[in-house]
Amino acid sequence: MNNKIKKPKIVWLQAITCNGNTHSLLSANANRLKLFLDSFDLVYHPSLTTDTLLNDLLIEKNEIDFLLVEGAITSNKDFFQISDQGINEALKKLVLKSKYLIAIGSCASYGGVHQKFEQNDDICGLTDALDETDISYLTHPIINLTGCPVHPEWIFQTLFSLKEYKKVPLDEKGRPKEIYSYLAHHGCTRNEYFEWKVEAKSFGLKEGCLFYEQGCRGPMTHSNCNKILWNDVNTKTRAGMPCIGCTEFDFPRNNMLETKKNIGIPDEVPLGVTKRAYLSLAGVAKTFKIDRLNEKIIK
Amino acid sequence: MENALKLFSQKGFYNTTIPDIAKAMKMSVGNMYNYFSSKEELAKFAIKYSTNILANDLREINQMEISSRDKVFLFTRKYLENVQDSPEVIEYFLRVYLSNREVFNKDCEGFLCVSEFVTEVMILLDEGAAKNEFRQQEFFPAFAMIMGALGGFAFLSGEKVLEKDIAFYSDDVAENIYRALKYEG
Repeated sequence: MNNKIKKPKIVWLQAITCNGNTHSLLSANANRLKLFLDSFDLVYHPSLTTDTLLNDLLIEKNEIDFLLVEGAITSNKDFFQISDQGINEALKKLVLKSKYLIAIGSCASYGGVHQKFEQNDDICGLTDALDETDISYLTHPIINLTGCPVHPEWIFQTLFSLKEYKKVPLDEKGRPKEIYSYLAHHGCTRNEYFEWKVEAKSFGLKEGCLFYEQGCRGPMTHSNCNKILWNDVNTKTRAGMPCIGCTEFDFPRNNMLETKKNIGIPDEVPLGVTKRAYLSLAGVAKTFKIDRLNEKIIK
Repeated sequence: MENALKLFSQKGFYNTTIPDIAKAMKMSVGNMYNYFSSKEELAKFAIKYSTNILANDLREINQMEISSRDKVFLFTRKYLENVQDSPEVIEYFLRVYLSNREVFNKDCEGFLCVSEFVTEVMILLDEGAAKNEFRQQEFFPAFAMIMGALGGFAFLSGEKVLEKDIAFYSDDVAENIYRALKYEG
């Protein structure tokens, strides 16, 4: 009987991208990916074999339920063209047929790494590439799923929520609150080391916090990475690689694997905490040497 | 509390008795024990009390919209004025807290009882470096440069070897501290 119900139609458009979000999607938990493919009609994805071509979509008048865009946008045809037209033109044509527009990844959200390209200064994300008229047909504000890449579960959760409830609450940067209200710090297995200011001696160790020396952005980065895990098993910070803040709009920053400090004091402190409060607590915590936290976990 | 600080710094921690302090504070020995269970506890409270005076001074200065250089000059002046007007506050730090570490080993180790003040020094240094007024360096050498210079001067004053009024030296001390910290682009 389910087969008779019309599934919402999804189009995945690729702009200037490294394909990373596609890789992420295809690495999703197999059961979740199957549920997704069973629940939606993915009519076009450039990396998958589909009956429909991009040209067909651009020409035909059929409505698209969810337009998912991976990659940054430019109006400069010298740098990027698709189906013999600029990506911004193709995007505008498709947006006018779509109900929902979702930026998949940091590049589609605000330009991401491509925005750093100095030879072309009009690389941007969906919100900056489109004006009021372009998005007049949308039934929902543009949704930004930031991340480099996006976690497949963020895509699924957003699509299933929209399918069921028609709208999702967004933060001031257009990101779903349900996903981006958390900090990457939440659920990090190194929190105890953070509390007692025990730093990690190098990459890849089980022990120590990565905030003090290695530039970890967990305490100031909105994402639920340490709640839902990657590949269902791990995260950067759990594995011993600092969070590089890839869901924030200033990504990629310079010197991402270093903590910027002023005379030994971290330049930035956890979100919403005053420097005075942080330094008071840190100074007190550092006074104590907790033997257990200064030993190897597995000897 | 000033009276307790005075007694401790004049007679030394071990030569000061609870009855001495109670007398100086104009209360009975019994009542004294209502507030502090031992002389050690009183000593710990006293170090918090005395460094918080300095912490409050520095916090006020830190919150001013002035250059970090001016903050160093202002704080140096304030500190040396304290040495002059309330010598017991600094004397207690030098002659009791630093000289009788065994009393403060438990519950007052490291920065525990002086954390408010250390935090304000951190904020002074952090802001100065963030604004490129101070050069980047490790925290402790910078911290010791400030506190060593000020503490040393308080010691000289306590020993009564200074030829002039302590406030006379304020700008010179501040200039030395500032030069040790300043950014050289």
